[in-house]
This record gives sequence, structure tokens and C-alpha cells, in this order.
Amino acid sequence: MRNVSRTAKVADYVFRVVAGFCASSPAIFLLLIAGIVVYQSIPVMHFMGWSFLTHTRWDLGNLYGAMVKKNGVTAPVGASYGGLVFIVGTLLSSAIALVIAVPIAILTAVILAYRVRGAIAWILSILVELLAGIPSVVIGLWGILVLVPWISAHLAPFLRHVLGYIPFFGGQVGSGYGLLASGIVLAMMIVPIITATARDLLLQVPLLAREGGLGIGMTTWEVVRYISLPYVRDGLVGAIALGFGRAMGETMAVLMVSGNAMNILPSNLYSPISTMAAFIADQLDSAQTDASGMAVHALSELALVLLVITLATNLLARWLVRPRQGRRKAGVAK
Amino acid sequence: MKRRRRRNAFSYLGWSIAWLAAALVLFGLFDLLGSIVWRGVRSFHFAMLFTPTQGVAGGLENAILGTFELVLIAVLFAAPLGILGGVYTSEFAGRRTAAVIRFLAEVLSGVPSIVIGYFGYLLLVLQFHWGFSALAGGIALTLIMLPYILRTTDTSLQQVPHMQREAAWALGMTRSQAILKAIWRPAAGGIATGLLLAIAIGLGETAPLLYTAGWNANNPSLQLTHAQVGYLTYVAYTYLDQPYPAARDLAYAAAFVLLVVILIIQLVVRGLVWRTTNRLQGRH
Repeated sequence: MRNVSRTAKVADYVFRVVAGFCASSPAIFLLLIAGIVVYQSIPVMHFMGWSFLTHTRWDLGNLYGAMVKKNGVTAPVGASYGGLVFIVGTLLSSAIALVIAVPIAILTAVILAYRVRGAIAWILSILVELLAGIPSVVIGLWGILVLVPWISAHLAPFLRHVLGYIPFFGGQVGSGYGLLASGIVLAMMIVPIITATARDLLLQVPLLAREGGLGIGMTTWEVVRYISLPYVRDGLVGAIALGFGRAMGETMAVLMVSGNAMNILPSNLYSPISTMAAFIADQLDSAQTDASGMAVHALSELALVLLVITLATNLLARWLVRPRQGRRKAGVAK
Repeated sequence: MKRRRRRNAFSYLGWSIAWLAAALVLFGLFDLLGSIVWRGVRSFHFAMLFTPTQGVAGGLENAILGTFELVLIAVLFAAPLGILGGVYTSEFAGRRTAAVIRFLAEVLSGVPSIVIGYFGYLLLVLQFHWGFSALAGGIALTLIMLPYILRTTDTSLQQVPHMQREAAWALGMTRSQAILKAIWRPAAGGIATGLLLAIAIGLGETAPLLYTAGWNANNPSLQLTHAQVGYLTYVAYTYLDQPYPAARDLAYAAAFVLLVVILIIQLVVRGLVWRTTNRLQGRH
């Protein structure tokens, strides 16, 4: 038997160390991102305190006038950085996206899992995954070309006509750019995510449990409704939370159809809004013109808030879909 | 009997709604593809591929070359990091460490792309004084692509049967020799798929580049820092707002070119996956 040569051993060690370094790169990048974003938002944290989260006025102040000192930080006169409008816009548009996307995605997943097979199932699954791969700018373009005109001409007047007695659905219909358009565009982007996960979950429901349902005389729909869906409920909630996180972090498509509102909270379903991500993308020029640098710091704090909210949602989702062994018995829980 | 009929009726109703939902998804997809392709074909000229942007008109050459430059830089960073990281996760790390690395990669892929772009702006553009540049944009894209590559490498290596490793070790190979000479072969298809999908994702990103790459109406030079670069998604986003038909045509054409390239990559990937699964099942 030949011993392993020394060079081979050294090479093995070097390879292992290099690979280990590469494997730690996500951790390094995450720490770097969090560190930089927190560090850069410290001045605005001092300047605004908690009112950053509760104020609606975002004003860079007089960029060409004198500076004032407040809480030890120098800022332009009249500057105020309140992120509430963007936080509300983010949460509302993502919630609307969920309301639209969840039923559609789950029902589509039921069809994909139980009603089609063979080549057709394969093609349909590919089409759904294709939708996930379309760049957000292209979806935003579709939003401007097709969706926004359709909303302002048909959908919004229709909704106001039918549901107008509910406060949130009444009022000015507007231009079509706004909350509803953002919600629909976001729904387009999260439907494939939820559908793909839900289909995989539904395919894991044991055949025996479903056949048992049929055996006691349930209709095929009742089997889906009372056996398959309860069986995968935890996983579904996780998939939905994942979609929610994705929707909140989405930038370009929302930026293009949201109407870019500032300083005013949305009053109804058709009002223009802005989300944290879209607003950061939109404020590039102002960040560069503010000589005091406060605009850059303020956007940094907005990025920090967005990062915290999306990461919390993602962690919740991971925790809900974590693999669990042997806890589930094959069959209905109740 | 009556009850039975009612339940059957409910069943029909439920399935009809489900089919409607699936049809709605497909309708949305085809409406999107149709409207973008329709506008794109009408405003696209082949000359656009070879003319740089001039003012609000001209062509897309600078944007196409810029996109390729940015994605190339990103691949140069992300591919080694992601593939070696995936190798470590699958082959060297213990169960605990592997779970932690996978978790962190998932977390990184959950960071909103605009936050990554803004991070690039704060650190690379401002702190390092690189200015809007190809390197800053490429590194921002790296952060987007890295977790995908790491995860696909890891999963495709995990599918290689343990017997193959034992066979290689029994020949007296060290662990790395086993990986470099034997184990990577069955996993290569999966790794290539992941790499291609990551490239498709990188091509379509806008948000990480807004704050890092800038915009340039000239073809990209090979200068890595202090020179802005143009890219396709920027044209699609910005030129749409211009009040000139020529500018809007350029935006439609940019979206069209982007969509075609990404669809081709996606279809190639599906084709690869289709072929390998068929071969493994012995149906080929």
C-alpha cells in the first residue's frame, strides 16, 4: 500500500481552507451589509430618534441655506426625515398582493399537483417558473403599458361602483398609478413563488390519505379541501410568508407603477403610494445633491428598516417550513 | 340523494374556480409576454445592436456590452465563491456547520436587492471612492448571484451517491482529490444549471445597479473604477418616462432584448434538466 504523499496532503489542506473561506463569504457579506447600513444611519438616528418611524414628512430642507445643529447633528434648515409613508406603503401594497396572489396561487398549485400530468404538467410548471424569471423591470413595463390604463379605465371605476360603500374602496379613482396597481404587479411576482412551493407540498401528501378520503365517499374536491390542504397548512403559511418578504423587498416594478407619493398617507385603494425600496431607488439624485450628507444617511436608515422587516419575515417563513421528522401522522389531524 | 347532488355541485364549482385561477395565471403570463414582444418587435431594429445611445435615441450597443461586462465581473467573483462554498458545505462541513452556511445563504438571498445596491453605494462608491463604476456594479451583482450558485452546487453534490466517494477514497485519494477527479462529474450538470440561472437573474437586475453602476452613453471601456457603465434594464426603466417616441422605442427594444436573452437561457436550462432526468431514468 502506498502512503499519501506529503504534497497531496498539503494540497488537500489548502483546498479545504480556501473552500471554507468561500463558504463563509455569505456570512461576511451579511455582516458587512448590516454593519455599513447601521453605521451610516447613526446620524439620522440621533437627529430623528424614533419619530423616523412615526412621522410622515420627508423633507430634505433648504439645501442652499444655512445649517442647523440639533441633537449634535448638523442638518439643512427645515430638514425632516419621516419614513411612515413608505413603511405604510410597503406593508399595504404587499398585503394587497397577498390577498390577490394567495388564492390564485394555491388553486393553481392544486390543479398542477392533482389535475394535470405528463407533458402538460411539465409544460405548465415550466410556464409558472418562467413567470418567476421575468425581470421586474419588464413586469413594470407591462404594468405601465397594460395594467395602469386598464385599472383607471375599467377596474377602479368598477370596484368603486360595486364596493364603494366600504370606505377604503370609495373616493377618487385617480390616474391608475397607485396602491392597487402596485398590489397587482407584486401579485404577479409572488404567484410563481407560492405556486411552486405549494405544488411541491401538495405532491407530498400521502396517496393513502387521499384514497382514504375517496374511500369514505368524499368528492375529489372535498379530498383537496379537507385532507390535502390541512395536511400542508404549515408549509403553505411559510410559503406565503416567503412571498410577503419578497413583495416587500421588490423595487423596480413598484417604482414604475406606484405613483411615487411623498408626505401623504394613502386614503383609499387607488391613491398613489411609495414603498421603502422604491423610494430609495427614486432618491438617487437628492442623495447626491445634499452637501450635508444627511439625505444619504436618512436613506440608509430607510434601507435598515427595510432590511430588518424583510429579514424578520424571512426568518419566520424558514421557521414555519422547517423540516420536521415524524411529527405528522399520515391522515387528517382532527 | 339531494345532499349527494349538492356536494357534487360544490365539487364542480371548486374545480371550476381552480381551473379559472390557473387560466388567469397563464393569461397574465401570455398577456405580459405578448404585449412586451409586440411593442418590442415594432420598435426593434437590428442596427440598434451596433449603435450606442445618442441623447434620447440611437441604439443599445453600449447598454448590451455594459450588461455583459457587469455580469462577467459578477460571475468572475460569484462563481468561484459560490461553487467552492457549495463544495465545502456539501463535502467538508459537519452537519451543524452545513446547516448554518445554508441558512446564511438563504438569509443573504432574502436581502432586498435595493438594500444590496445601497450598500454598494455606501461602501464602494462613497467610502472607497470608486465612483459609479463597473467594479462596484459587478460586486453588487455578485451578492445577488452568490447564494443561488452556492445552493445549487450544494444540492447537486448532495445527490451524488456516497458510494462514489468511498470508491475514490479507497483508491487512496485525499478528499480534495476525490472531489476534483471524481465527485464533481455527476454534479457538473446541476452546477452548470445553477450558474446559468444565476446569470439570467443577474442580467435582469436593476435595483442593485442604480446606485453602483450609473449610466454611460458610450461603450464601456475596460476601466474598472471611476467610469460609469450603461446597462439594459436602465434603458427600459428610464427612457420610458421621456416624452419622445424614439426614447420610448428604445425602452421597449431594451426590454424585448432582455426578455429574449433571459427566455433563451431559461429554455436551455430546462432542456438540459429534461435531458439529464430522461437519461437517468433510462428512457433516452
